[in-house]
Amino acid sequence: MKTIRIGAGAGFAGDRIDPAIDLARDGKLDYLVFECLAERTIALAQLAKRQNRSPGFDPMLRMRMEAVLPLCVANRTRIITNMGAANPEAAARETISVAQSLGLSGIRVAWISGDDVMHLLADHASHDPREHLVSANAYLGIEPIVDCLRGNAHVIITGRVADPSLFLAPMVHEFGWALDDWTHLGQGTAIGHLLECAGQLTGGYFADPGFKNVPDLDRIGFPIAEVSETGEALLSKLDGAGGALTVRNCKEQILYEVQDPSRYLTPDVTADFSTTCFAELGPNRIHVSGARGVERPINLKVSAGFAAGSIAEGQISYAGVGALPRARLARHILESRLGWISPGDLRMDFIGIDSMHGAALSESGREPYEVRLRAAGRFFDESDARRLMHEVESLYVNGPAGGGGVVTSIRENIAMDATFLSRSLVRPTIGIEVAS
Amino acid sequence: MKLREIAHARTGDKGNLVNISLIAYRDDDYPLLEQQVTVQRVTDLFASMITCPVERFCIPGLGALNFVLHRPPGESVTRSLALDAHGKTLGFVLLNIEI
Repeated sequence: MKTIRIGAGAGFAGDRIDPAIDLARDGKLDYLVFECLAERTIALAQLAKRQNRSPGFDPMLRMRMEAVLPLCVANRTRIITNMGAANPEAAARETISVAQSLGLSGIRVAWISGDDVMHLLADHASHDPREHLVSANAYLGIEPIVDCLRGNAHVIITGRVADPSLFLAPMVHEFGWALDDWTHLGQGTAIGHLLECAGQLTGGYFADPGFKNVPDLDRIGFPIAEVSETGEALLSKLDGAGGALTVRNCKEQILYEVQDPSRYLTPDVTADFSTTCFAELGPNRIHVSGARGVERPINLKVSAGFAAGSIAEGQISYAGVGALPRARLARHILESRLGWISPGDLRMDFIGIDSMHGAALSESGREPYEVRLRAAGRFFDESDARRLMHEVESLYVNGPAGGGGVVTSIRENIAMDATFLSRSLVRPTIGIEVAS
Repeated sequence: MKLREIAHARTGDKGNLVNISLIAYRDDDYPLLEQQVTVQRVTDLFASMITCPVERFCIPGLGALNFVLHRPPGESVTRSLALDAHGKTLGFVLLNIEI
């Protein structure tokens, strides 16, 4: 029975690189997939590209490619990634540049675009009239990736593609599954969904000391799926790599970021994860089977990005005797000095007391040793943002006794909304570059 | 007994939705989860931060429940002023309830 080995090289844009290098070297992989495009990442990249602040692709692309390309070429491992973000074509050229600098001639780098549907959504309004549309990207599916694989690309770089599709495409290509073979597409999507967060399947985001222990989390390895043409897979990690791949971990990951587990919508299939079965075949060896699927959705999901001002923040700590009453006094002073900000655009927290879930859910009654006061506000005028930061900083001299450790920051805020578009309106395009 | 003794959880997000999976450590305990961790109970628990009743999906094959919480538009992940904008810490609030 034919099988292929797919490794997960990254679960988010800022992910660690070492586990991918280990997989590229020792994983005997047919495919290495880097999922690096969070909901908001592409909108930030679109904005930066338009303002000529960056080329619009993932800033870590060059570093990742330099690290894994020679190993992948030597081991005949093909790379699939959405690191193209807002500019897959430029990302492909950058990858060619890496290949040439490493002396790797003949490398074929394909890029996929057409996910940018801004022109179709130009009049799309936000619920907040102060915000304006800056990006709109449709979630593409497997089809253009499969076309690139048929075209013998060594590296395939996309923009917005549904995360599991990055993993499903090589299965469809290798096993010849039909594009309406909903059962196999559902099974492959389940495997892709398990792999897409990389280290989250091998013990990352799982450890809870005393309840769920994970060994050697400091040198966690990323997962490999050995997928068979029947749509089942053996999940594993490299021998000696840290972390843990368990049935419990797989159950958490199959439900991660899922609403109705029996109807997980992607551009390729409506997948049913509710029937998935996990079996432990040995330490860090989990067999996955049983997922299903039915017909794919008619429309494609579109992520629309809105420029939503900037978020400014300031923090100051109070510690020792009477920390909480002094922090409360500081908050009272700030509320008075920042009274011009509308309540909906200002938030204040006591870190260590109620900053995560608000007063209603937080335990009280205990006098904390230290409290950190945090003020955060949204602004559409930068000078207003600077006023908030200044007011927190001035608590040093004009606030309660013993405040310390002020940190202030400001960041551009891009808000995302989902909408839907007929798939007939979205036309993916493919290009290919070859390293000389 | 705290729910944490018999189940584990992971929190995820999408737009203005937060999902909390709740998974029995032992399959035998799944019926207890289904019976005790009701929509009403979870809705009441998170009342201060959600806009409408919690949705609950039962997945007996995985020994798991999946709860979906709807947050107000201004509190969606990308618009939130909260320190934990994603709501990723919420699973441990659920694990702290008594059953």
